[in-house]
Amino acid sequence: MKYVDEYRDGRLAGAIAERIAAEAARGRDYYFMEFCGGHTHAISRYGLEDLLPANIRMIHGPGCPVCVLPIGRIDHAIRLAERPEITLCTYGDLMRVPGPHGTSLLKAKAAGADIRMVYSTLDALRIAEAEPSREVVFFAIGFETTTPPTALAIRIADKKRLKNFSIFCNHVITPAAIASILDHPDVRTLGAIRIDGFIGPAHVSTVIGTQPYKFFAEEYEKPVVVAGFEPLDVMQAILMLVRQVNDGRHEVENEYIRAVTEEGNLKAQSEVAEVFELREAFEWRGLGIVPYSALRLREAFAQYDAERRFPVVTEPVRDNPACECGAILRGVKRPTECRLFGTACTPETPIGSCMVSAEGACAAHWTYGRFREDTAASVGQRAAS
Amino acid sequence: MNVTQKISKPYRRKLDLANGRVDLSHGSGGRAMAQLIADIFHNALDNDWLRQGNDQAAFDAPSGRMVMSTDGYVVSPLFFPGGDIGSLAVHGTINDIAMAGARPLHLSASFIIEEGFALADLDRIAQSMGKASREAGVPVVTGDTKVVERGKADGVFITTAGVGVVPAGIELSGDRARPGDTVILSGTLGDHGIAVMSKRQNLEFETQILSDSAALHGLVADIVATAGPWLRAMRDPTRGGLAATLNELAYQSGVGFRIEEDAIPVKPEVAAACELLGLDPLYVANEGKLIAIVAPEGGAAALAAMKRHPLGCDAAIIGEAVADERRFVQMVTAFGGGRIVDWLSGEQLPRIC
Repeated sequence: MKYVDEYRDGRLAGAIAERIAAEAARGRDYYFMEFCGGHTHAISRYGLEDLLPANIRMIHGPGCPVCVLPIGRIDHAIRLAERPEITLCTYGDLMRVPGPHGTSLLKAKAAGADIRMVYSTLDALRIAEAEPSREVVFFAIGFETTTPPTALAIRIADKKRLKNFSIFCNHVITPAAIASILDHPDVRTLGAIRIDGFIGPAHVSTVIGTQPYKFFAEEYEKPVVVAGFEPLDVMQAILMLVRQVNDGRHEVENEYIRAVTEEGNLKAQSEVAEVFELREAFEWRGLGIVPYSALRLREAFAQYDAERRFPVVTEPVRDNPACECGAILRGVKRPTECRLFGTACTPETPIGSCMVSAEGACAAHWTYGRFREDTAASVGQRAAS
Repeated sequence: MNVTQKISKPYRRKLDLANGRVDLSHGSGGRAMAQLIADIFHNALDNDWLRQGNDQAAFDAPSGRMVMSTDGYVVSPLFFPGGDIGSLAVHGTINDIAMAGARPLHLSASFIIEEGFALADLDRIAQSMGKASREAGVPVVTGDTKVVERGKADGVFITTAGVGVVPAGIELSGDRARPGDTVILSGTLGDHGIAVMSKRQNLEFETQILSDSAALHGLVADIVATAGPWLRAMRDPTRGGLAATLNELAYQSGVGFRIEEDAIPVKPEVAAACELLGLDPLYVANEGKLIAIVAPEGGAAALAAMKRHPLGCDAAIIGEAVADERRFVQMVTAFGGGRIVDWLSGEQLPRIC
């Protein structure tokens, strides 16, 4: 497949792997966090760990929108969907995320709630137009990549004067999350996690550009390499990070020049700014309350805000005390360090959100990489030999 | 005086195959049902057994081991590029029988039809079943028709069952894979699932992707004739695709599998569509492919037999069974790293067959 296979070329990967191995200094370890779940997935899906030398450790970051959504928001969505007048439209990923007391959208649907899986915001708009007697609520979720389509849907709904369309807004902001990780005592003072550099987001950066990462590179002295989601992109970004660390540099570099510019997509940014404003605070699973880290609709579009339109009573919900999703999302723990991993918590019966989405660190490791945990011979060892 | 001569023959309105719709009377057991069965099903599937008009079909049982299988079909949409629910219902059950190494003999077909379903569509589906069954040489010898109220089904659901006979000396079962066995795939992956998906999502590709729906018993007969004694198991990778099938076989046999991504044939347009839809071809359904697990000494013969058959011309050895208590299906990716090919979790594509 043109323009895709080129970025999955095993021979080229081998050549980059040799360079990484040659340039990574012996006697030191390199800890790189890939922020995005898309990168986490690519690393597991293509078995990149088998191609990297042992002194390069990848730490999975919180860039998985489904994973960072706190249980309270799932509970809120379920309660919205249980109202008889509401049709809740959601991406399929969210259906299986566990809510409080063993609930989920999937179970609410089976119990009679009108919940429909859609592929895009525009599908939800179409349902609202086709069924004017239903209150159609779109479960809006995601980082900067999915915010512009939601903004567009709001503008279309406004233009068409759709009275029965609204969104349950959970859009969050990448730079705020990165700052939260770097400011966390685990990183700043306790030294519980070491991060030598970041692989910067792919799709998010097509919208926001590379500019917003400059602050982290300078203030926290951490190199950032923005990279695409193909496996060769990830390998190349790791090589670029190794070189920056070796040179003592901390710059923002762009590996993904075929899609990302310094200033990003200005049209999309202005669409978003017109429709959304910052929330003062938003709860993230794993990171807690992060100031100015999420969006809500501006006052002018309040009628499209399901939270304002359909008040529901929710109680604060705590994570399962044994679930380590929080620590895993901050990079403090690896999936296998959670005692629920692969025992009580599997993709079939997830307890934490990291086991639900294909981009979640636990799901990716369980689905693609768990053979590495055992002593028996693995294909990876054979492939590497 | 002979009174009966004065009674004129009752007028029998023909089924309106152009604009008519199935109503509840077509399932009530009365004349309307008899007419529907005669004009649509018997017409399309015609054979001696159906013509007898019994509630069952009687036939001589051949000697040897018999196999029996049944499958329900709920695919949406009912018509898709390369097939429809009718041909699928014939091919699918023939294939389930054939995977035992058997020669399929007879099929049954049961229809659950939603009130309001267009007679034209029902006729088209029945004709398609008739064509598929004649081409396969496996007649539909008995059937049943039910009509349910509007909203209680989605157009039409079909259940077919079938019987077949296994040649002497052939014993295939999913629990017979042993470490070292060769894994052969009969052709490209994902064609059926993507054909159905493309219709659902209104995706336009430069080349239209057709379902691979096909009856595989001819291919199976050739493999059995050439490599019969070495055959351990065969299975068609339908729902859940190659990934689900290999995991099932690994679980049943208590072995692992090790496959090579580079060896697995996938059409470029299917790979592109999977990329677009966020699907992995290893998990996408097939309706005209089989996986054969063959003792190592018979691998080459089985592969050659498959390649000689039109339905197996893209056949390839994709890996081998290995000793692994954890029963993992592992794959060397095209990128050179290793990964697990796990069971599918959740529903990747609902109602694909």
